[in-house]
Amino acid sequence: MTIQPTHSSRRILLPVRQWFILFSLAAAFFLNLIPLGHAIGVPDWVALTLAFWCVREPLRVGMGTAFVFGVLMDVAAGSVMGQHSLAYLLLAYAAGGLSRRILWFPLVQQALHVLPLLLATQLVMVVTRLVGGADFPGWGYFLGSFSGALLWFPLTFMLLLPQYQPIEKDENRPI
Amino acid sequence: MSVVGHQPPPFFKRGPAPLARLAFFVVLSLALLVFDLKYRYLELARQGVAAVLYPLQRAAYAPVDLYGQLGGYFTSLAAVQRENEQLKRKELESANWLLRQQHLEQENQRLRELLDMRAKQPVPGTLAEILYTARDPFSRRVVVDKGGQHGVVAGQAVVDESGVLGQVTRVFPMQSEATLITDKNQAVPVKLVRNGLRSVLFGASGGQLELRFLAANADVQPGDLLVTSGLDGIYQPGLPVAKVVRVDRDAAYSFARILCEPVAGVERHGQVLILGAREPLPPQIEETEPRDKPSKGRKAKRKEPAAQP
Repeated sequence: MTIQPTHSSRRILLPVRQWFILFSLAAAFFLNLIPLGHAIGVPDWVALTLAFWCVREPLRVGMGTAFVFGVLMDVAAGSVMGQHSLAYLLLAYAAGGLSRRILWFPLVQQALHVLPLLLATQLVMVVTRLVGGADFPGWGYFLGSFSGALLWFPLTFMLLLPQYQPIEKDENRPI
Repeated sequence: MSVVGHQPPPFFKRGPAPLARLAFFVVLSLALLVFDLKYRYLELARQGVAAVLYPLQRAAYAPVDLYGQLGGYFTSLAAVQRENEQLKRKELESANWLLRQQHLEQENQRLRELLDMRAKQPVPGTLAEILYTARDPFSRRVVVDKGGQHGVVAGQAVVDESGVLGQVTRVFPMQSEATLITDKNQAVPVKLVRNGLRSVLFGASGGQLELRFLAANADVQPGDLLVTSGLDGIYQPGLPVAKVVRVDRDAAYSFARILCEPVAGVERHGQVLILGAREPLPPQIEETEPRDKPSKGRKAKRKEPAAQP
Protein backbone atom coordinates (compact mmCIF):
# COMPACT_ATOMS: atom_id res chain seq x y z
CA MET A 1 0.00 0.00 0.00
CA THR A 2 1.45 3.34 -0.93
CA ILE A 3 0.41 6.17 1.28
CA GLN A 4 -0.63 9.19 -0.68
CA PRO A 5 0.03 12.69 0.62
CA THR A 6 -2.53 13.55 3.25
CA HIS A 7 -2.89 17.17 2.27
CA SER A 8 -3.97 16.42 -1.25
CA SER A 9 -7.66 16.29 -1.88
CA ARG A 10 -7.36 12.95 -3.68
CA ARG A 11 -7.06 11.21 -0.37
CA ILE A 12 -10.33 10.74 1.47
CA LEU A 13 -9.96 9.72 5.09
CA LEU A 14 -12.39 7.92 7.33
CA PRO A 15 -13.77 10.04 10.15
CA VAL A 16 -11.62 10.00 13.28
CA ARG A 17 -12.82 8.14 16.35
CA GLN A 18 -13.02 10.04 19.62
CA TRP A 19 -11.55 7.19 21.65
CA PHE A 20 -8.50 7.07 19.42
CA ILE A 21 -7.80 10.77 20.03
CA LEU A 22 -8.02 10.25 23.78
CA PHE A 23 -5.94 7.09 23.56
CA SER A 24 -3.16 8.83 21.63
CA LEU A 25 -3.12 11.72 24.09
CA ALA A 26 -2.98 9.28 27.01
CA ALA A 27 -0.13 7.41 25.33
CA ALA A 28 1.73 10.68 24.83
CA PHE A 29 1.18 11.51 28.49
CA PHE A 30 2.59 8.12 29.45
CA LEU A 31 5.67 8.77 27.29
CA ASN A 32 6.12 12.08 29.08
CA LEU A 33 6.03 10.32 32.43
CA ILE A 34 9.08 8.18 31.63
CA PRO A 35 11.79 9.71 33.81
CA LEU A 36 14.77 10.53 31.60
CA GLY A 37 16.23 13.09 33.97
CA HIS A 38 17.01 16.34 32.25
CA ALA A 39 18.00 14.72 28.96
CA ILE A 40 18.34 17.33 26.23
CA GLY A 41 16.23 17.14 23.09
CA VAL A 42 13.44 14.94 24.39
CA PRO A 43 10.24 16.28 22.83
CA ASP A 44 7.18 17.12 24.85
CA TRP A 45 4.96 14.34 23.52
CA VAL A 46 1.74 15.77 24.92
CA ALA A 47 2.34 19.16 23.32
CA LEU A 48 3.14 17.51 20.00
CA THR A 49 0.10 15.22 19.98
CA LEU A 50 -2.10 18.04 21.16
CA ALA A 51 -0.85 20.27 18.36
CA PHE A 52 -1.49 17.48 15.88
CA TRP A 53 -5.10 16.93 16.90
CA CYS A 54 -5.78 20.66 17.19
CA VAL A 55 -4.61 21.05 13.61
CA ARG A 56 -6.43 17.96 12.33
CA GLU A 57 -9.65 18.13 14.34
CA PRO A 58 -10.08 21.66 15.65
CA LEU A 59 -13.74 20.99 16.44
CA ARG A 60 -13.06 17.95 18.61
CA VAL A 61 -9.83 18.83 20.39
CA GLY A 62 -9.38 22.31 21.71
CA MET A 63 -8.59 24.38 24.70
CA GLY A 64 -10.58 22.31 27.19
CA THR A 65 -8.57 19.17 26.42
CA ALA A 66 -5.37 21.20 26.47
CA PHE A 67 -6.18 22.60 29.87
CA VAL A 68 -6.97 19.20 31.42
CA PHE A 69 -3.81 17.59 30.09
CA GLY A 70 -1.85 20.65 31.16
CA VAL A 71 -2.99 20.27 34.75
CA LEU A 72 -2.15 16.56 34.66
CA MET A 73 1.32 17.38 33.32
CA ASP A 74 1.80 19.99 36.03
CA VAL A 75 1.22 17.39 38.71
CA ALA A 76 3.22 14.67 36.99
CA ALA A 77 6.22 16.89 36.33
CA GLY A 78 6.14 18.43 39.78
CA SER A 79 6.15 21.91 38.27
CA VAL A 80 4.10 24.89 39.30
CA MET A 81 0.36 24.40 38.84
CA GLY A 82 -0.80 26.29 35.76
CA GLN A 83 2.52 26.27 33.96
CA HIS A 84 1.78 23.50 31.48
CA SER A 85 -1.91 24.28 31.31
CA LEU A 86 -1.27 27.87 30.27
CA ALA A 87 1.31 26.87 27.67
CA TYR A 88 -0.82 24.06 26.19
CA LEU A 89 -3.82 26.34 26.16
CA LEU A 90 -2.10 28.93 23.99
CA LEU A 91 -0.74 26.13 21.81
CA ALA A 92 -4.23 24.72 21.30
CA TYR A 93 -5.63 28.14 20.49
CA ALA A 94 -2.92 28.92 17.96
CA ALA A 95 -2.97 25.46 16.37
CA GLY A 96 -6.77 25.50 16.12
CA GLY A 97 -6.71 28.95 14.57
CA LEU A 98 -4.03 28.02 12.05
CA SER A 99 -5.55 24.64 11.31
CA ARG A 100 -7.04 25.51 7.90
CA ARG A 101 -3.82 27.16 6.79
CA ILE A 102 -1.45 24.44 8.01
CA LEU A 103 -3.40 21.60 6.40
CA TRP A 104 -3.03 23.29 3.05
CA PHE A 105 0.70 22.63 3.00
CA PRO A 106 2.73 19.45 2.47
CA LEU A 107 4.26 17.80 5.51
CA VAL A 108 7.62 19.59 5.48
CA GLN A 109 5.99 22.98 5.57
CA GLN A 110 3.48 21.74 8.13
CA ALA A 111 6.40 20.84 10.38
CA LEU A 112 7.87 24.29 9.80
CA HIS A 113 4.58 25.75 10.95
CA VAL A 114 4.48 23.57 14.03
CA LEU A 115 8.04 24.36 15.11
CA PRO A 116 7.34 27.99 16.13
CA LEU A 117 4.19 26.82 17.91
CA LEU A 118 6.17 24.33 20.00
CA LEU A 119 8.91 26.89 20.64
CA ALA A 120 6.32 29.40 21.79
CA THR A 121 4.88 26.77 24.14
CA GLN A 122 8.27 26.28 25.74
CA LEU A 123 8.88 30.01 25.83
CA VAL A 124 5.62 30.52 27.74
CA MET A 125 6.75 27.94 30.28
CA VAL A 126 10.19 29.54 30.65
CA VAL A 127 8.71 32.99 31.12
CA THR A 128 6.19 31.72 33.68
CA ARG A 129 8.87 30.05 35.72
CA LEU A 130 11.41 32.87 35.47
CA VAL A 131 8.75 35.25 36.74
CA GLY A 132 8.20 32.78 39.56
CA GLY A 133 11.87 33.00 40.46
CA ALA A 134 13.23 29.75 39.02
CA ASP A 135 16.56 29.09 37.37
CA PHE A 136 17.00 29.31 33.58
CA PRO A 137 17.40 25.73 32.34
CA GLY A 138 19.84 26.57 29.53
CA TRP A 139 19.36 26.84 25.78
CA GLY A 140 19.42 23.07 25.34
CA TYR A 141 15.93 23.06 26.75
CA PHE A 142 14.58 24.44 23.48
CA LEU A 143 16.05 21.55 21.46
CA GLY A 144 13.00 19.52 22.44
CA SER A 145 10.89 21.61 20.07
CA PHE A 146 13.16 20.88 17.12
CA SER A 147 13.08 17.14 17.68
CA GLY A 148 9.32 17.45 18.11
CA ALA A 149 8.98 19.19 14.75
CA LEU A 150 11.10 16.45 13.14
CA LEU A 151 8.72 13.89 14.59
CA TRP A 152 5.80 15.53 12.80
CA PHE A 153 6.24 13.17 9.82
CA PRO A 154 6.11 9.80 11.63
CA LEU A 155 3.46 11.17 13.95
CA THR A 156 1.18 12.11 11.08
CA PHE A 157 1.39 8.62 9.63
CA MET A 158 0.95 6.89 12.95
CA LEU A 159 -2.01 8.91 14.12
CA LEU A 160 -3.80 8.85 10.77
CA LEU A 161 -3.25 5.12 10.25
CA PRO A 162 -6.69 4.09 11.61
CA GLN A 163 -8.30 6.51 9.19
CA TYR A 164 -6.47 5.03 6.22
CA GLN A 165 -7.99 1.58 6.70
CA PRO A 166 -10.98 1.09 4.43
CA ILE A 167 -13.97 -0.79 5.82
CA GLU A 168 -14.20 -2.93 2.71
CA LYS A 169 -11.45 -3.25 0.15
CA ASP A 170 -12.22 -1.94 -3.31
CA GLU A 171 -9.43 -1.32 -5.82
CA ASN A 172 -11.47 1.25 -7.75
CA ARG A 173 -12.10 3.52 -4.83
CA PRO A 174 -9.74 6.20 -3.54
CA ILE A 175 -10.26 5.36 0.14
CA MET B 1 -32.89 32.66 20.12
CA SER B 2 -33.80 34.33 16.85
CA VAL B 3 -36.71 36.65 16.24
CA VAL B 4 -39.06 34.09 14.77
CA GLY B 5 -38.51 31.65 17.61
CA HIS B 6 -36.33 29.20 15.68
CA GLN B 7 -33.16 27.86 17.23
CA PRO B 8 -30.18 27.32 14.97
CA PRO B 9 -29.78 23.72 13.87
CA PRO B 10 -27.57 21.74 16.30
CA PHE B 11 -24.74 21.21 13.83
CA PHE B 12 -23.91 24.89 13.96
CA LYS B 13 -23.50 24.81 17.74
CA ARG B 14 -19.88 25.33 18.56
CA GLY B 15 -20.07 26.80 22.03
CA PRO B 16 -18.64 30.18 22.93
CA ALA B 17 -16.27 31.96 20.57
CA PRO B 18 -12.66 30.73 20.66
CA LEU B 19 -11.38 34.02 21.98
CA ALA B 20 -13.88 33.98 24.85
CA ARG B 21 -12.92 30.40 25.69
CA LEU B 22 -9.25 31.32 25.55
CA ALA B 23 -9.79 34.24 27.89
CA PHE B 24 -11.68 32.02 30.34
CA PHE B 25 -9.02 29.32 30.42
CA VAL B 26 -6.13 31.79 30.54
CA VAL B 27 -7.67 33.46 33.57
CA LEU B 28 -8.12 30.02 35.14
CA SER B 29 -4.49 29.08 34.49
CA LEU B 30 -3.19 32.37 35.78
CA ALA B 31 -5.29 31.92 38.91
CA LEU B 32 -3.76 28.45 39.36
CA LEU B 33 -0.29 29.91 38.90
CA VAL B 34 -0.78 32.68 41.41
CA PHE B 35 -2.43 30.41 43.97
CA ASP B 36 0.38 27.88 43.70
CA LEU B 37 3.34 30.25 43.52
CA LYS B 38 2.19 32.81 46.00
CA TYR B 39 -0.08 31.09 48.46
CA ARG B 40 0.59 27.33 48.02
CA TYR B 41 -3.12 26.57 48.37
CA LEU B 42 -3.15 23.81 45.79
CA GLU B 43 -1.14 21.13 47.61
CA LEU B 44 -4.27 19.17 48.46
CA ALA B 45 -5.47 19.12 44.83
CA ARG B 46 -1.99 18.13 43.77
CA GLN B 47 -1.95 15.29 46.28
CA GLY B 48 -5.27 14.01 44.93
CA VAL B 49 -4.20 14.03 41.29
CA ALA B 50 -0.82 12.58 42.19
CA ALA B 51 -2.44 9.69 44.03
CA VAL B 52 -4.43 8.85 40.89
CA LEU B 53 -1.35 9.18 38.70
CA TYR B 54 0.87 7.09 40.96
CA PRO B 55 0.32 3.70 39.25
CA LEU B 56 0.92 5.30 35.85
CA GLN B 57 4.12 6.87 37.10
CA ARG B 58 5.34 3.56 38.48
CA ALA B 59 4.55 1.90 35.15
CA ALA B 60 6.45 4.61 33.29
CA TYR B 61 9.38 4.11 35.62
CA ALA B 62 9.50 0.38 34.82
CA PRO B 63 11.50 0.64 31.56
CA VAL B 64 14.10 2.89 33.19
CA ASP B 65 14.29 0.55 36.15
CA LEU B 66 14.67 -2.45 33.85
CA TYR B 67 17.46 -0.71 31.97
CA GLY B 68 19.26 -0.01 35.24
CA GLN B 69 18.84 -3.59 36.40
CA LEU B 70 20.11 -4.95 33.10
CA GLY B 71 23.12 -2.69 33.41
CA GLY B 72 23.69 -3.94 36.93
CA TYR B 73 23.36 -7.56 35.81
CA PHE B 74 26.05 -7.17 33.19
CA THR B 75 28.41 -5.35 35.52
CA SER B 76 31.41 -7.58 35.64
CA LEU B 77 32.12 -9.64 38.70
CA ALA B 78 35.50 -8.02 39.05
CA ALA B 79 33.97 -4.59 39.54
CA VAL B 80 31.71 -5.87 42.27
CA GLN B 81 34.61 -7.60 44.01
CA ARG B 82 36.68 -4.45 43.84
CA GLU B 83 33.84 -2.44 45.31
CA ASN B 84 33.39 -5.01 48.05
CA GLU B 85 37.05 -4.76 48.96
CA GLN B 86 36.89 -1.00 49.04
CA LEU B 87 33.84 -1.06 51.27
CA LYS B 88 35.50 -3.49 53.66
CA ARG B 89 38.54 -1.28 53.93
CA LYS B 90 36.35 1.74 54.48
CA GLU B 91 34.43 -0.06 57.18
CA LEU B 92 37.61 -0.97 58.99
CA GLU B 93 38.82 2.59 58.78
CA SER B 94 35.59 3.97 60.12
CA ALA B 95 35.36 1.28 62.81
CA ASN B 96 38.07 3.12 64.65
CA TRP B 97 35.84 6.18 64.81
CA LEU B 98 32.62 4.33 65.45
CA LEU B 99 34.01 2.35 68.36
CA ARG B 100 35.29 5.47 69.97
CA GLN B 101 32.11 7.38 69.23
CA GLN B 102 30.02 5.16 71.45
CA HIS B 103 32.37 5.84 74.27
CA LEU B 104 32.44 9.55 73.50
CA GLU B 105 28.66 9.76 73.37
CA GLN B 106 28.37 8.18 76.78
CA GLU B 107 30.96 10.55 78.09
CA ASN B 108 29.17 13.46 76.51
CA GLN B 109 25.90 12.44 78.12
CA ARG B 110 27.53 12.17 81.52
CA LEU B 111 29.13 15.56 81.14
CA ARG B 112 25.85 17.06 80.05
CA GLU B 113 24.17 15.56 83.08
CA LEU B 114 26.89 16.98 85.25
CA LEU B 115 26.43 20.39 83.68
CA ASP B 116 22.63 20.04 83.89
CA MET B 117 22.20 20.53 80.17
CA ARG B 118 19.48 19.09 78.03
CA ALA B 119 20.44 15.72 76.57
CA LYS B 120 20.91 15.58 72.82
CA GLN B 121 18.25 13.47 71.21
CA PRO B 122 19.31 10.62 68.99
CA VAL B 123 18.17 11.17 65.41
CA PRO B 124 16.15 8.44 63.75
CA GLY B 125 16.50 8.03 60.02
CA THR B 126 14.64 6.37 57.17
CA LEU B 127 16.64 4.66 54.46
CA ALA B 128 15.35 5.58 51.02
CA GLU B 129 16.39 5.29 47.42
CA ILE B 130 16.47 8.03 44.81
CA LEU B 131 14.23 6.85 41.98
CA TYR B 132 14.71 9.55 39.39
CA THR B 133 15.16 13.24 38.78
CA ALA B 134 11.89 15.17 38.63
CA ARG B 135 10.97 16.14 35.08
CA ASP B 136 10.75 19.86 35.81
CA PRO B 137 13.91 21.33 34.23
CA PHE B 138 13.60 24.61 36.13
CA SER B 139 14.42 23.18 39.52
CA ARG B 140 16.69 20.51 40.94
CA ARG B 141 14.60 17.91 42.60
CA VAL B 142 14.65 14.15 42.95
CA VAL B 143 11.95 11.65 43.77
CA VAL B 144 12.66 9.15 46.53
CA ASP B 145 10.76 5.95 47.18
CA LYS B 146 9.57 6.68 50.72
CA GLY B 147 6.51 8.79 51.37
CA GLY B 148 3.87 9.68 53.90
CA GLN B 149 3.08 6.00 54.46
CA HIS B 150 6.63 5.50 55.76
CA GLY B 151 6.48 8.45 58.11
CA VAL B 152 8.26 10.99 55.93
CA VAL B 153 7.25 14.59 56.63
CA ALA B 154 7.97 17.65 54.52
CA GLY B 155 10.95 19.53 55.88
CA GLN B 156 13.14 16.58 56.79
CA ALA B 157 16.78 16.66 55.76
CA VAL B 158 18.11 14.18 53.20
CA VAL B 159 21.73 13.08 53.53
CA ASP B 160 23.97 10.53 51.88
CA GLU B 161 27.15 8.94 53.20
CA SER B 162 29.27 12.05 52.72
CA GLY B 163 26.99 14.99 53.40
CA VAL B 164 23.75 16.89 53.02
CA LEU B 165 21.83 16.30 49.77
CA GLY B 166 18.74 18.41 50.31
CA GLN B 167 15.42 18.56 51.98
CA VAL B 168 12.06 16.85 51.56
CA THR B 169 9.73 19.47 50.13
CA ARG B 170 6.65 17.55 49.02
CA VAL B 171 5.30 14.31 50.39
CA PHE B 172 3.03 11.94 48.49
CA PRO B 173 1.62 8.77 50.01
CA MET B 174 4.15 6.38 48.49
CA GLN B 175 7.00 8.65 47.45
CA SER B 176 8.27 12.10 48.15
CA GLU B 177 10.09 14.88 46.41
CA ALA B 178 13.34 16.27 47.75
CA THR B 179 14.80 19.59 46.64
CA LEU B 180 18.56 19.38 46.24
CA ILE B 181 20.83 21.96 47.84
CA THR B 182 21.90 23.01 44.33
CA ASP B 183 18.41 24.37 43.62
CA LYS B 184 18.40 28.11 43.20
CA ASN B 185 15.75 28.65 45.87
CA GLN B 186 17.13 26.24 48.43
CA ALA B 187 19.01 27.83 51.30
CA VAL B 188 21.12 26.02 53.90
CA PRO B 189 22.45 27.86 56.96
CA VAL B 190 26.08 26.86 57.30
CA LYS B 191 29.23 27.70 59.17
CA LEU B 192 32.88 27.39 58.32
CA VAL B 193 34.63 24.63 60.22
CA ARG B 194 37.91 26.55 60.38
CA ASN B 195 36.67 29.69 62.11
CA GLY B 196 32.98 29.23 62.82
CA LEU B 197 31.90 31.98 60.44
CA ARG B 198 28.15 31.69 59.83
CA SER B 199 26.40 32.29 56.52
CA VAL B 200 23.72 30.96 54.20
CA LEU B 201 24.42 28.72 51.24
CA PHE B 202 22.31 29.00 48.08
CA GLY B 203 22.23 26.93 44.93
CA ALA B 204 23.92 28.39 41.86
CA SER B 205 23.76 27.35 38.23
CA GLY B 206 25.76 24.37 37.03
CA GLY B 207 25.35 22.21 40.12
CA GLN B 208 27.41 24.56 42.27
CA LEU B 209 26.62 26.48 45.41
CA GLU B 210 27.14 30.06 46.39
CA LEU B 211 27.90 31.46 49.81
CA ARG B 212 26.06 34.73 50.01
CA PHE B 213 26.07 37.75 52.28
CA LEU B 214 29.67 37.51 53.40
CA ALA B 215 31.69 40.72 53.41
CA ALA B 216 34.36 41.12 50.75
CA ASN B 217 37.07 40.83 53.36
CA ALA B 218 35.60 37.79 55.11
CA ASP B 219 38.07 35.12 56.13
CA VAL B 220 37.20 32.44 53.58
CA GLN B 221 39.73 30.41 51.63
CA PRO B 222 39.38 27.85 48.87
CA GLY B 223 39.28 24.40 50.41
CA ASP B 224 37.34 25.43 53.52
CA LEU B 225 34.72 22.93 54.62
CA LEU B 226 31.20 24.15 55.34
CA VAL B 227 28.93 22.30 57.77
CA THR B 228 25.34 22.97 58.76
CA SER B 229 25.07 25.43 61.59
CA GLY B 230 21.78 24.04 62.87
CA LEU B 231 20.34 27.51 63.37
CA ASP B 232 17.36 26.75 61.14
CA GLY B 233 15.96 23.97 63.29
CA ILE B 234 15.82 21.65 60.28
CA TYR B 235 19.31 20.31 59.68
CA GLN B 236 21.28 18.72 62.48
CA PRO B 237 24.29 20.89 63.28
CA GLY B 238 27.62 19.69 61.98
CA LEU B 239 26.63 17.84 58.80
CA PRO B 240 29.14 18.47 56.00
CA VAL B 241 27.57 20.40 53.14
CA ALA B 242 30.11 21.87 50.76
CA LYS B 243 33.68 22.82 50.08
CA VAL B 244 34.76 26.29 48.98
CA VAL B 245 36.15 26.20 45.44
CA ARG B 246 36.73 29.80 44.48
CA VAL B 247 36.62 33.17 46.19
CA ASP B 248 36.26 36.32 44.08
CA ARG B 249 36.80 39.54 45.95
CA ASP B 250 35.70 42.42 43.80
CA ALA B 251 36.08 45.84 45.31
CA ALA B 252 33.04 47.03 43.35
CA TYR B 253 30.72 44.85 45.42
CA SER B 254 30.38 44.84 49.15
CA PHE B 255 29.97 41.06 49.23
CA ALA B 256 32.47 38.46 48.16
CA ARG B 257 31.44 35.97 45.49
CA ILE B 258 32.19 32.56 46.93
CA LEU B 259 31.55 29.43 44.88
CA CYS B 260 31.34 26.06 46.56
CA GLU B 261 30.97 22.48 45.50
CA PRO B 262 28.64 20.06 47.29
CA VAL B 263 30.32 17.34 49.33
CA ALA B 264 27.51 14.84 48.84
CA GLY B 265 26.91 13.15 45.51
CA VAL B 266 24.13 15.54 44.61
CA GLU B 267 23.89 14.51 40.97
CA ARG B 268 24.43 10.82 41.73
CA HIS B 269 21.61 8.41 42.31
CA GLY B 270 21.60 5.88 45.08
CA GLN B 271 20.71 5.26 48.67
CA VAL B 272 20.01 8.20 50.93
CA LEU B 273 19.00 8.67 54.52
CA ILE B 274 16.01 10.84 55.43
CA LEU B 275 16.83 12.18 58.87
CA GLY B 276 14.05 12.45 61.42
CA ALA B 277 12.62 15.81 62.28
CA ARG B 278 14.60 17.77 64.84
CA GLU B 279 13.10 18.73 68.12
CA PRO B 280 11.62 22.19 67.71
CA LEU B 281 13.82 25.10 68.61
CA PRO B 282 12.83 27.17 71.62
CA PRO B 283 10.33 29.89 70.64
CA GLN B 284 11.92 33.01 69.28
CA ILE B 285 12.17 35.96 71.53
CA GLU B 286 9.91 38.59 70.09
CA GLU B 287 11.53 41.86 69.34
CA THR B 288 10.47 44.66 71.57
CA GLU B 289 8.16 46.80 69.53
CA PRO B 290 9.58 50.17 68.62
CA ARG B 291 7.57 53.12 69.73
CA ASP B 292 4.74 53.33 67.29
CA LYS B 293 1.34 54.86 67.04
CA PRO B 294 -0.37 54.59 70.42
CA SER B 295 -3.31 52.60 69.03
CA LYS B 296 -0.98 49.87 67.79
CA GLY B 297 0.87 49.69 71.07
CA ARG B 298 -2.35 49.22 72.96
CA LYS B 299 -3.38 46.42 70.64
CA ALA B 300 -0.10 44.65 71.20
CA LYS B 301 -0.50 45.00 74.95
CA ARG B 302 -3.95 43.56 74.82
CA LYS B 303 -2.68 40.57 72.88
CA GLU B 304 0.11 39.76 75.34
CA PRO B 305 -1.88 38.19 78.18
CA ALA B 306 -3.66 35.92 75.72
CA ALA B 307 -0.37 34.65 74.37
CA GLN B 308 1.22 33.93 77.74
CA PRO B 309 -0.73 30.89 79.01
